[in-house]
Amino acid sequence: MEWFLVTSAAVILFLQNYPLYIRSVPTENELKFHYMVHTSLDVVDEKISAMGKALVDQRELYLGLLYPTEDYKVYGYVTNSKVKFVMVVDSSNTALRDNEIRSMFRKLHNSYTDVMCNPFYNPGDRIQSRAFDGMVTSMMIQVC
Amino acid sequence: MEGLTLSDAEQKYYSDLFSYCDSESTKKVAAHGRVLELFRAAQLPSDVVHQIMELCGATRLGYFGRSQFYIALKLVAVAQSGFPLRVESINTVKDLPLPRFVASKNDQESRHAASYSSDSENQGSYSGVIPPPPGRGQVKKVSTSHDTVQPRTSADQQEPVSPVVSPQQSPPTSPHTWRKHSRHPSGGNSERPLAGPGPFWSPFGEAQSGSSSGDAVWSGHSPPPPQENWVSFADTPPTSTLLTMHPASVQDQTTVRTVASATTANEIRRQSSSYDDPWKITDEQRQYYVNQFKTIQPDLNGFIPGSAAKEFFTKSKLPILELSHIWELSDFDKDGALTLDEFCAAFHLVVARKNGYDLPEKLPESLMPKLIDLEDSADVGDQPGEVGYSGSPAEAPPSKSPSMPSLNQTWPELNQSSEDTAIVHPVPIRMTPSKIHMQEMELKRTGSDHTNPTSPLLVKTSDLSEENKINSSVKFASGNTVDGYSSSDSFTSDPEQIGNNVTRQRSHSGMSPDNTAPPPPPPRPQPSHSRSSSLDMNRTFSVTTGQQQAGVVAQPPAVPPRPQPSQAPGPVVHRPVDADGLITHTSTSPQQIPEQPNFADFSQFEVFAASNVNEEQDDEAEKHPEVLPVEKASDPASSLRVAKTDSKIEEKTAASAPANVSKGTTPLAPPPKPVRRRLKSEDELRPEVDEHTQKTGVLAAVLASQPSIPRSVGKDKKAIQASIRRNKETNTVLARLNSELQQQLKDVLEERISLEVQLEQLRPFSHL
Repeated sequence: MEWFLVTSAAVILFLQNYPLYIRSVPTENELKFHYMVHTSLDVVDEKISAMGKALVDQRELYLGLLYPTEDYKVYGYVTNSKVKFVMVVDSSNTALRDNEIRSMFRKLHNSYTDVMCNPFYNPGDRIQSRAFDGMVTSMMIQVC
Repeated sequence: MEGLTLSDAEQKYYSDLFSYCDSESTKKVAAHGRVLELFRAAQLPSDVVHQIMELCGATRLGYFGRSQFYIALKLVAVAQSGFPLRVESINTVKDLPLPRFVASKNDQESRHAASYSSDSENQGSYSGVIPPPPGRGQVKKVSTSHDTVQPRTSADQQEPVSPVVSPQQSPPTSPHTWRKHSRHPSGGNSERPLAGPGPFWSPFGEAQSGSSSGDAVWSGHSPPPPQENWVSFADTPPTSTLLTMHPASVQDQTTVRTVASATTANEIRRQSSSYDDPWKITDEQRQYYVNQFKTIQPDLNGFIPGSAAKEFFTKSKLPILELSHIWELSDFDKDGALTLDEFCAAFHLVVARKNGYDLPEKLPESLMPKLIDLEDSADVGDQPGEVGYSGSPAEAPPSKSPSMPSLNQTWPELNQSSEDTAIVHPVPIRMTPSKIHMQEMELKRTGSDHTNPTSPLLVKTSDLSEENKINSSVKFASGNTVDGYSSSDSFTSDPEQIGNNVTRQRSHSGMSPDNTAPPPPPPRPQPSHSRSSSLDMNRTFSVTTGQQQAGVVAQPPAVPPRPQPSQAPGPVVHRPVDADGLITHTSTSPQQIPEQPNFADFSQFEVFAASNVNEEQDDEAEKHPEVLPVEKASDPASSLRVAKTDSKIEEKTAASAPANVSKGTTPLAPPPKPVRRRLKSEDELRPEVDEHTQKTGVLAAVLASQPSIPRSVGKDKKAIQASIRRNKETNTVLARLNSELQQQLKDVLEERISLEVQLEQLRPFSHL
């Protein structure tokens, strides 16, 4: 499943555990974020399986805080097509509320569907849409 | 980087350059834009420029800070002086001449350079520094490699001047390695001292020669548009950039660019034209695009699906990434399909790209899909704003949460499918308040022996109505008042539900008649709504319906006047708003399809209402005649209607009374019918009918007594309109359902929030 990570940090979009899109701010520590995100993928999978046959609606798409560790928090979101969005934010950003995270994921999801609508985009490719980049950048600037 | 020591002249020069590049005064310059142009103007090989940027750390940071910029300038000077680029060379090379930027630079900078150089440096070295223009092409490559389209956009837009001006440049994008434009190679860095347009045209010439044998599509479009257009097309972008960047530099470019005098004149002329010109689609181009569109999709108002468009544009041999970007720009509503306007915009962008113009980051205004008129492509200036605005609302509704993608898709398509009107919102609006339309449609359907569709609809609405009973009859009432069918007044005749109906009708009335305006948020059942207000709405609706009769939206052919200030119209109008209204719409639409049938229903309601409200009876009586003919035509419908009206009557007792009064004058069957349907299944309706025998009896009697004359007259029109309304009402039903569900969702969320707040209050310490 492709994954999508966003943090304050980084945003990574996953699909079948394969990263579709990775963006982090600042640019360093990217490897560290990758590690965190990969570990969080396990948590995501666990939550998905826990949901089981639950009706998948948008509310449940948002997985919430996967686990807070040390100085960062990881949030997860999964779409109906099992595309996972993972967002890692610094714990120092205590101003980030749950609703904000939800709205960010919603925006991400919207942008992702826009990318999907592009007939020239082959699902599974890395996302190179400039509009998508712009949206993520603006989101991360807002977070940091 | 190591500390950079600059001489005073250098310091001044660099700071001037930095201020020049730092157009936004952010103290840091983006890696694209003017900096790249500057470096290109330095006429250094692209790899050198690349190296410079890396050395100064801009690539790492992503932008040029002041120090990076200075370092870069210093390195440019180093490179121009022929020294190897090293980090150390910044400070080790002494007496370095100021970096010289030519061509694309402003006169000002040239003057600066000259002034600075005159201070100490050896001017002679400058001339040697200026390589022949082809170097610019290389520089372009560098810029390209640096970033994607954006830097090139500005760079290329600067460049376009060169193709026009300096033959060597030819189509600006030729140097770009990834560009596969067949025309470019020929026009590439070959230095032809032809007139400015010469090299530019040569690619076209070659393209044309090749086009005869090449792809039908892509070759086709080079010849058809006269070269002049392409010239202008090519020239205008440079013109615009010149306007923004170096208006003077065009004329100042001497040397190789002397040839450009003629083209320069053109450019200057174009400079005076609007900024949108570069992306403006000329009529010939537009016609060509339209023809191409027709080959894929004969219906000019239809869509080209994404797959077909992908095939089509892939033939242009542009890289997929660029095509993807073009798609992003041109698919305005993000629905995965291209309308004619979107297609023209995409085509235009492809053509521009093939001619060497970089793609913009955002869709130019002139290319925005014009929802107003196809012929207005020339009047870009004003329209794009409107179009953009009107387009954006279309996008706004579609851009709902991902959980409702289907709905998102339908909205833009609805907007697009309805003639390219400037009004985007109205489309959905028209859909929503069409409970009456649905009723009418269903009625007409039944009238035209389409009982089947009607009955399921009725059944469905009734089922839904059952479910939505929780939402109270109030909602039904409001839902029923779909469009400003004045007949809705009759719906609200139910005395019991007058109060509720009033509120609902108000909301509905707010929704239905506004076919051309965004529907006001469906007012929830609020006891505070006064009848008067709802009545006013009904009045409004009735008026609007009459006015919109011509088919604005789902207005029944005969505008039901709603002179009645009674409450009925109001509540009835409001009903359709609620999600339940969707059901009611469906239920009412059949009833309302023939106005007269609606009246039949209304009269039924009125009959019921009359039992509760005396004044209703008068209206009922009036409406009966109208209703009778209709009912006669469609017995099933009438029976259904009766059943429905019965159910509705229960809800709309209150509203029906005033509604009846108003209905008497209006042939339309207002929303009450949908409400009624929603409330009860047909079966239930029938039993209810029995319950309300008094009403039905009166109604039937009235109906029976009425001749069907009035019906036959309007039937033809109604049949047509009914079918239209039918479709619209189905959409409306879904839209209403959606709005209802969303409202419920909001309510639940609010409750949740309130609960959370309470929780927080109870546990203040848990959040520490």
